[in-house]
Amino acid sequence: MIKSVLLKKTELGRLIEKLAGFATVVAPVAKGVRNFSFEEVRSGKDISLKYIPTILPPKKYFMPQREKIQEFDKKAIRWTPVSGNGFEKLVIFGVHTCDLSGIQFLNRVMGEDPQDVNYLARMEKITLIGLECNDYCDSYASCAVMKNHLPSGGYDLFFTELEGSFFVDVATPKGEAIVRGTGLFSDAGETEKKELAGLRAAKEKIFRDEVNVPNGKLKEVFNRSFQNEVWNDLDRRCVACGNCTNVCPTCYCFDIQDEMNLDLATGSRTRSWDSCQNEEFAKVAGGENFRKKRGLRQRHRYMRKFNYPVDRFQRYSCTGCGRCSRTCMAKISLKETINTLTEEQS
Amino acid sequence: MTQSLLESPYIVKAGKILNTKEMTNLEKYFEIELPGREDLAHDPGQFVMVSIPGVGEAPISVSSSPTKKGAFELVVRRAGAVTGAMHQLKPGDAVGIRGPFGRGFPTKMLEGFDLLFIGGGCGNIPLHSLIAFVLDNRPRFGKISILLGCKTPETRLFVDELEQWERRPDIFVDSTVDQAGPGWKGKVGLITGLIPGVKIEPQKTYAVIVGPPIMYKFVIQELLKREIPDTQIVVSLERHMKCGVGKCGHCQIAQYYCCQDGPVFTYNEIRNNHEAL
Repeated sequence: MIKSVLLKKTELGRLIEKLAGFATVVAPVAKGVRNFSFEEVRSGKDISLKYIPTILPPKKYFMPQREKIQEFDKKAIRWTPVSGNGFEKLVIFGVHTCDLSGIQFLNRVMGEDPQDVNYLARMEKITLIGLECNDYCDSYASCAVMKNHLPSGGYDLFFTELEGSFFVDVATPKGEAIVRGTGLFSDAGETEKKELAGLRAAKEKIFRDEVNVPNGKLKEVFNRSFQNEVWNDLDRRCVACGNCTNVCPTCYCFDIQDEMNLDLATGSRTRSWDSCQNEEFAKVAGGENFRKKRGLRQRHRYMRKFNYPVDRFQRYSCTGCGRCSRTCMAKISLKETINTLTEEQS
Repeated sequence: MTQSLLESPYIVKAGKILNTKEMTNLEKYFEIELPGREDLAHDPGQFVMVSIPGVGEAPISVSSSPTKKGAFELVVRRAGAVTGAMHQLKPGDAVGIRGPFGRGFPTKMLEGFDLLFIGGGCGNIPLHSLIAFVLDNRPRFGKISILLGCKTPETRLFVDELEQWERRPDIFVDSTVDQAGPGWKGKVGLITGLIPGVKIEPQKTYAVIVGPPIMYKFVIQELLKREIPDTQIVVSLERHMKCGVGKCGHCQIAQYYCCQDGPVFTYNEIRNNHEAL
């Protein structure tokens, strides 16, 4: 199997055109001032190679905002599960390492028994082409402390921009098929390998833990923080809009709803993104609300990133992408929360 | 596609309602048969997701014992859209059934022990499944005490059975209501008031409690005072499950998914949990 190849920068456009011949290709596209979005592209010119994390992470392709999971027929008394309907081959180009980590986490969660067949049916049809960040996107990111500033798998191909070409790591047979099938790639020589090593070494100097606690201590910090004053502060500030969870690459909570068709005999059941920040989220039929206060809902969000998943999935689910802080209307900052918790404990 | 649609966790079976009965103003009883009279094969304490097409799905505890074959029973409080629609249904009507889901009561572990059942309000419904199972297998268990509470005499559930249990010499039954009504001759007061009336050998006893959150706080304290080990205090927690398969997040209790890890927990498992009670 091929391990690493090169693609001339001038050939990127041709690569996108060739990929678009067999699949829908999506990539980061500029959407006004410092906003980017993964959208369908047909040529290299559409793509923003220098982008900060997109408004929504690529989870929207694995688990769309609304997805039909079932059709029913009231008269025939029949419910039919639906998965992957009409979803064709998709190539996601230009996925940063933070978002690759988010997808790896979701793969883990959705692959765990009982498996989420709707997610897995889409995952099967997706090819992931990663793109390295040579420098920080902005001050909201905390990818270094989450150890996501460097690639650690989760892709089919991974691109690193060098002086004249992209250095491409080939990780899977799917990725190799693209390299062979398009005929646009050439062998990587020693010069480029050295250039890549130099770039990575330089990155180690740029990317430093963004908070005052190392990765290995984060769980402990949160595990000791259930009664912390920080949650009362967030209780006063949070407006419970749910933006933070919508834009999070590892938030996957959903609601399930039925809709009747116009014939009033058939209909469908859909799942749609939901947010633990919504007041109704943990409310039960009798009226009891197990997370009535916004501060408790914020605590829950943080615990689901830094505490609970470590025992269950052996990893943090925060990727360090910074989206929650970037999008928060109340300027609640993840880095600030962590620093405050740590300071109060020391 | 590697996954076949048959493996979807969202497969709904068409259940047929055999019998219904109004139990109280708010609670209605349903006897439901699955296609081919297939057994639900549940453990006491497990729940099913009930579908009303076009209205939605709601989690409902099974109230019958798995010793009952060919059909199972639900007692449903009218509280929202789905349960409201269910209350309109008659014998012969269809409902969708998914499940059973969750971890039920540890029936194997209870064998050989004295059992103290404490139920409050709606909690008496899942508890009924276990009590019925235990009474169907009476020789396998030690002394049995049942303490039941609810708001008013009109909201009492399983009244006919309760009278039968009270006549049995091999079980101790006591009950109370928060507020008496006209003609009520029974006890009035909190359920904790019934606990001193039970002889408890703590090491030999499992206490199974199902009720509203406020009831747990007080009842558990009483039982700990009576020196029942926290591993032998069993509760069932109410949350709003939407998917039933540990994904949608609605029923999460700190690190636990109530729909998969629960709804039944020992007090030992949740005593340090910040979101359980």
